[in-house]
Amino acid sequence: MAHVIATVIGLGLIAFILWWFFGRHEAAAAEATLAADAQQQTASVIVDGGYQPEVVTLKQGVPATLQFLRKDPSACLDRVVFPAWGINRPLPENQLETIEIDTSQPGEFEWACGMDMFHGKVIIK
Amino acid sequence: MTVTKRFWWSLGLSVPLLVNMLLMPLGVHLPGEAWGQLILTTLVMALSARPFLHTAWAAFKHHHANMDTLVAIGTLTAYLYSLYALATHRPVFFESAALVVTFVLLGQVFEERMRNRASDAVSKLGQLQAKTATVLRNGQPVAVALAQVRVGDLIQVKPGEKIAVDGTVVAGTSTVNEAMVTGESLPVTKQAGDTVIGATVNQTGTLTFRAEKVGDDTLLAQIVALVKKAQTSHAPIQKLTDQVADIFVPVVLIVAILTFLAWYVVLAAPFATALIYAVAVVVIACPCALGLATPTALMVGTGRSAKLGILIKDGEVLEQVNRLKTVAFDKTGTLTNGQPIVTDVVGNRQAVLRLAAALEQASEHPLAQAIVAAAPGALPPVTDFTAVQGQGVTGQIAGQASWVGQPALGPATLSAEQQMAWQRLEKEAKTVVAVGQGSQVVGLIALQDTPKKTTAPAIAALKAQGLTPVMITGDNQAVAEAIAHQVGIDQVVAQVLPAEKATVVQNLQAHGPVAFVGDGINDAPALTTADVGIAMGSGTDIAIDAGGIVLVKNDLRDVPLAIELSQKTFRRIKLNLFWAFIYNVLGLPIAAGLFAGVGLTLSPELAGLAMAFSSLSVVTSSVLLNRVPLVNER
Repeated sequence: MAHVIATVIGLGLIAFILWWFFGRHEAAAAEATLAADAQQQTASVIVDGGYQPEVVTLKQGVPATLQFLRKDPSACLDRVVFPAWGINRPLPENQLETIEIDTSQPGEFEWACGMDMFHGKVIIK
Repeated sequence: MTVTKRFWWSLGLSVPLLVNMLLMPLGVHLPGEAWGQLILTTLVMALSARPFLHTAWAAFKHHHANMDTLVAIGTLTAYLYSLYALATHRPVFFESAALVVTFVLLGQVFEERMRNRASDAVSKLGQLQAKTATVLRNGQPVAVALAQVRVGDLIQVKPGEKIAVDGTVVAGTSTVNEAMVTGESLPVTKQAGDTVIGATVNQTGTLTFRAEKVGDDTLLAQIVALVKKAQTSHAPIQKLTDQVADIFVPVVLIVAILTFLAWYVVLAAPFATALIYAVAVVVIACPCALGLATPTALMVGTGRSAKLGILIKDGEVLEQVNRLKTVAFDKTGTLTNGQPIVTDVVGNRQAVLRLAAALEQASEHPLAQAIVAAAPGALPPVTDFTAVQGQGVTGQIAGQASWVGQPALGPATLSAEQQMAWQRLEKEAKTVVAVGQGSQVVGLIALQDTPKKTTAPAIAALKAQGLTPVMITGDNQAVAEAIAHQVGIDQVVAQVLPAEKATVVQNLQAHGPVAFVGDGINDAPALTTADVGIAMGSGTDIAIDAGGIVLVKNDLRDVPLAIELSQKTFRRIKLNLFWAFIYNVLGLPIAAGLFAGVGLTLSPELAGLAMAFSSLSVVTSSVLLNRVPLVNER
């Protein structure tokens, strides 16, 4: 009996893992808020077991800053890396870290944690 | 709490558990065994493992998984089962949870130290910057902060001081140590008209120079920006590991569940035994080392090469260098000095050069300037100077008609001896001119754009690396072949118009990937067409965006060195990936109990230790890249 229950639970867990991690789930996305004079745009990203939001859309040509707030105590997310711009910045826990983004070129620019395990991206258009 | 603190807490609390574990086979039991284990492990979970649990849960909510997920599930499973076992008077294995946390943290502590050390190179480069500069304001020296220095400022540097920004010397003579920026080990002499590089150290005399590039435009700032970019870039080989976390981790969890079911249901093993196998699978599979393999090696490799004055743009370039078959060189200015010099004089050297230089001093022609530069002492005055188009120049010196150029310019013909010398020199692809006075030819002067001293050794080193050097030039075939022969190049593509260089590179690519070495300003199309563009610079005028590899020093021997460094770095990345994989690939079946039949198993705590060593070995291997001996290093 115990064997049957274990098998059912085990297979159920496998099905759940497949659905939860590989099923289609919408990634959180956000647009940056434009300052009143339209001369500055900012967006904040919460770092907690990943990035929230994972996609930030910025307007081309308007100076932009991303504010990262790391709430996650794990060492894995203690840096944020933007390969396209050579940015590799430590994120102190529970402190706002402001990163200036070069919005002169349109395109999609990925960012990742120091070990390239978690990803997010900036879309400039 | 920092990783290091969490590790020490967890280690301190785990020691009694470890002692107990070692004593158990000897039949010695510590007092209050199970309850003691419960208290110690609960503390470890609360103090040291909480961040793992936090991240794992936060990531889980976003449909993500990473190695914290594995650590959290592995330790939590062992902990929760042991709680149940304690309540129902079965054997507990609290120590597995505590020791796995300790070992994983041990790995992270090492990792953090090594990562800091690996990224050292760039921060050291940045710190080279001078803090202040002595600027002459209204003729008075005033100390100002570096940020206040403007283009056009006159800056004074005393011996021992750092040169603040890039500029040109207007007064003074000194030697400057440029090793920190260009990698050039010998001090360079500077006088009026020479360029100086910010952050280099003035040694012997006082210099006054005019600031030309400040802030982000300085060579050092550009180098730092480029190296930072290179260090955060991705190598294509890394694509493999990019997605590792989101796919690999859930797969491992599934494998762990299957392992449990196979042992418990199929093989009818006890519940606890099956659970331990599953936990070991989760722990051994942590892909930490995999994520570290490429970035750490890239960081160390590009950092080391930057110190040698070799800037490698990104990981993709590193990978391309490994496939190179051909290295094509632009001839003028790259293989050669770019300016003709006097190589031979037939006749009385002093007299011939003096006479020729006196006539040529008014001429702007590069050949004329080479002759003037070679002539000793004061020159006699010239009257009736005339330049004869395509022939040479004539004039009166000391009342006698004199000429330099084609023999037909004067009344005299070459002697038999001069005739032979003329032919011999022309065969060597030199430009020959006759020098005559009165009714005779007094001598011959041969000129050539000679190869740099460093060219022949650089070509030999490239051949030793198994690469084929090719010369691309606009010169005629004879001249090109003569120079190629001097430096050891066997393949020449001559009479190439500047705009055609890129096409020649394309043709060469039919035989395999090609690197093109050029000056970065005129050769931009060829540099971008080539699989690897190697731009050479001198002073502060380097076209830093021009090539995949930029050589700060104008030294051709840096080409084989750059190739060697790239190869070593790329091989290290591959080695790292191999080691990272081997741990997982070999460890996984053992942990799943596939070899339990022959007595080979892996407990969760040993799996944790193996994982810590896997990370440690990968990062150590990257840091050791700093010490790898290089054949071409001088």
